[in-house]
Amino acid sequence: MEKTFVHPYMPNSVPEVKRLLLDELGIKAVSDIYESIIPGELLYKERLNLPEPILSEYELKKHVAGILNQNISTEEYASFLGAGCYKHQIPAVCDEINTRGEFLTAYCGDTYSDHGKMQAIFEYTSMMGELLDADVVSYTTYDAGQSVCSSFRMAVRIHDGAGRRKSVILVPDTMNPDIYDQAVSYCRNVSSLKKVRHVKETGLMDLEELEALLMKGDVAAVFYENPSYLGFFETQAEQIAELAHEYGAICIAQPQVSSLGIIESPMNLGADIVCGDIQPLGMHLQYGGGQAGFIASHQKLEYMEQFPTYMYGIAETEKEDTYGWGRAMNYRCSHGSRENANEYFGTETGLWGITAGVYLASMGPQGMYELGETIVQNLQYLIRRLDEIEGVKANPFGGSNFQEVVVDFNASGKRVADINAALLKHRIFGGKDLSREFTELGQCALYCVSELTSQDEMDKLVSAVARILKEG
Amino acid sequence: MGYVKKNRDFHEARWDEPFIMEMGNPGERGILAPKASEEVKKLSGSLEELIPANLRRKKAPKLPELSQMQVLRHYMRLSQETIGTDINIDIGLGTCTMKYSPKVHEQLVRMEKFQELHPCQDESTVQGILEIMYQDEQYLKAISGMDRVSLKPAGGSQAIFANVQTIRAYFEEKGEGDQRNEIITTILSHPANPGTAATLGYKVITLYPDENGLPDIEALKAAVSEHTAALMITNPEDTGIYNDRIRQFVDIVHEAGGLCVYDQANLNGVFGLTRAKDAGFDMCHYNLHKSFSSPHGCQGPGAGAQCVSEKLAKYVASPTVEFDGKKYYLNDNRPDSIGRLRAFYGVPSVLIRAYAYIRSLGADGMKQIAELSILNNNYLIKKLLETKGLSMPFAKGRFRMEQARLSWRELTEETGVTTDDICRRIVDYGFQDYFTSHHPRVLPEPFTPEPVETYSKDDMDEYVAAFAAIADEAYTDPELVKGAPYKAALGARIQEECLTDWSRFATTWRAYKKHMNRPEEQEK
Repeated sequence: MEKTFVHPYMPNSVPEVKRLLLDELGIKAVSDIYESIIPGELLYKERLNLPEPILSEYELKKHVAGILNQNISTEEYASFLGAGCYKHQIPAVCDEINTRGEFLTAYCGDTYSDHGKMQAIFEYTSMMGELLDADVVSYTTYDAGQSVCSSFRMAVRIHDGAGRRKSVILVPDTMNPDIYDQAVSYCRNVSSLKKVRHVKETGLMDLEELEALLMKGDVAAVFYENPSYLGFFETQAEQIAELAHEYGAICIAQPQVSSLGIIESPMNLGADIVCGDIQPLGMHLQYGGGQAGFIASHQKLEYMEQFPTYMYGIAETEKEDTYGWGRAMNYRCSHGSRENANEYFGTETGLWGITAGVYLASMGPQGMYELGETIVQNLQYLIRRLDEIEGVKANPFGGSNFQEVVVDFNASGKRVADINAALLKHRIFGGKDLSREFTELGQCALYCVSELTSQDEMDKLVSAVARILKEG
Repeated sequence: MGYVKKNRDFHEARWDEPFIMEMGNPGERGILAPKASEEVKKLSGSLEELIPANLRRKKAPKLPELSQMQVLRHYMRLSQETIGTDINIDIGLGTCTMKYSPKVHEQLVRMEKFQELHPCQDESTVQGILEIMYQDEQYLKAISGMDRVSLKPAGGSQAIFANVQTIRAYFEEKGEGDQRNEIITTILSHPANPGTAATLGYKVITLYPDENGLPDIEALKAAVSEHTAALMITNPEDTGIYNDRIRQFVDIVHEAGGLCVYDQANLNGVFGLTRAKDAGFDMCHYNLHKSFSSPHGCQGPGAGAQCVSEKLAKYVASPTVEFDGKKYYLNDNRPDSIGRLRAFYGVPSVLIRAYAYIRSLGADGMKQIAELSILNNNYLIKKLLETKGLSMPFAKGRFRMEQARLSWRELTEETGVTTDDICRRIVDYGFQDYFTSHHPRVLPEPFTPEPVETYSKDDMDEYVAAFAAIADEAYTDPELVKGAPYKAALGARIQEECLTDWSRFATTWRAYKKHMNRPEEQEK
């Protein structure tokens, strides 16, 4: 038996009001409408197999919270997880602004009605422009992976536009494996990815192999991450860009945004396109739901034309010193020209762009500098302390790192999975197990710190690992 | 009965707020972060020793230097200059399903037990969020009739993209990957359909509406062949006209050996009334930020659900969320899968809201959403069509589903006032501007409202009265409408050339300032 009930989300569920609407249309029931337009054989005659509703707000909240309360968060356990999703301090102002109903519930209103939203987005891209030293910054994409994929295809299109058929993208074999998989599938019909091997001792890109591959002449772009997925700095950033350019390839780099207070932007080291994720700039972890991507370049027409996302342009008005904003050159996007667009495009992560703007405005240059400084210092401490443990080699590649580091447990004879399971009992989330993603590394884990990682947490980790390894 | 406000004396907040890059003073701080302890610093050494000299940043980024109150105030002001669904009768953004986003959901997604979960945590510590995802899948299976749902896509368009990847994987396994290189869609289906198909290299064939406003079935018959990989179609399309021949469309494509993909981004009018499976579709997708209540967040984050039939289940993105009777887990061991699609799993905040939403409504409530959104729409259309100069092309006298595409053609011909003018003018009455149409505009001077179930009769009456007033203005004082808006947050009209001329185009303040400093280049 179907029930009609007055629901707080549905004002016209009040029978008397509903009746007024029906009368206006001269019908007795809403089914008179849909039964007249949906063929009978397509009408679903049963009742959807869904649980009975929880009607009161209190009981609903208690029910859902009860499920979520089964989780154990990184506020309860010390976490050394990163791998593309990073826990940082979130200024309360960021949360305050992105929970404002006006921003939270706005959508695609335009220049005049959503002037504040447009300004907030343009301020975000402008601050990213300063952080990256880039003149062109896209609207937010889904995540770093989407930005990397689109950057690869942009490079191919830039060559195409100049009448050059180049389709190979060279990537480091240490790159983020999820993003690598995503890009292989995303780019397959226009380009192929080739991995450049790393120098075994340092993890850095093997420049000899890079050059040998570039010499074939079919390379559209060379990509590198800095820091790499495995945490170390790619110190040959400039040589990679130079080599790429020497052979007519575009250089694409993915920096870690939280490092850019202390680390040079790849734009100033020869990169042509810079892409990545802004999750570290004010987004909670949210089990991976705070990711959002950016793409940036120099102000070159042949590059700008190839951006596949919305771009918010500034416009002067009839009033001096008053500006407006609008989505510009939409024919680049599928919203503007469907199958003739650069790539597809949809609702992505606008609220996180605005939030990242609030974050950067709060942090300022000094905040970003101190953030970077604290992170590298904390990581160095962790490396030194872990390295004291017998059977543990922290940072086997030996170079300098930003916030993540490979920790090698091979000599301990233990599996990372077992060590991490044991660490849980110490209320610690150990580093990400790399043994599946990088089988050649054997039993290694990727450990991550941030400015929030306290000395106490690191000391606790070190003694727990020592104990676990000793106990055998 | 309820009071219907007419001629609301509205004015949007207008702060004339300066640009943040120009605010503040050197040395001001907005936030302080934790620093390394003295012992950590002692052991680790100075920054100079810890980072390679050639990578050290030479010039600090020119970010604002602003104190906390000033940052907050600036952004509060910008938020006030934005018209979200929370503060307006957001009927105009048709196809976007601007329904009420329940506030209790916001309390749930801000729980520390969710916000501070890392996606690489051990499965034993994330049982709660995995349970939510698992249950979401079960509910969406019931709603769609499909056999497998992936909640991995980060948005509706990425779910469509996953569907195209699935098409590719399916035919490649059959050895027909090269042969089946065409995807058929309709001009009134969302642009992400042709967009995703073309991104993966498919040739796109587009069907146009026939005289009844429905995709031309003869054109479909002519289009299908041994090259057909799939039909990707919306129903109802933006016109709101239900395509009652949808089953025939599906059969024609199936007979040609192609797959059928239902774009159900806009599910609001069909909950519990009809299902993708019953129309014979192989796949469909949902935008969980639309019909399932998540706030739209200035364009995201949203979330997409990819729903597929049994024969395509093995292809959906990895991992999938599974339950073994005791615990929930992520299954990565899926050799036929289209792959990772992206890192991590979906947009969990949107999945939590969808879960809470479905649980708060149940089967009858979900059906009631569809019924009331259809009822509201047909009431609204009837009232709106009393407005001079406004008409509803195609299928006269036929009911619409949850949205409708209207046209101001007559009014434009008679007054010179266009839909874009009215779209700006409506803001002066206290409403968000409205959705005209995706590009290209198949119908002249379009206007696409969608009065979802959360709007009251009084809301709709106020909305209709505003358009009646604007139409009256158009016929008596067209310049008034053309000069609008007057009461919006931005009080001055922009120079459109800044957005259409590459030499004046700037996406950042620094690029704009460079333009300013190079006036000679602007001349080029």
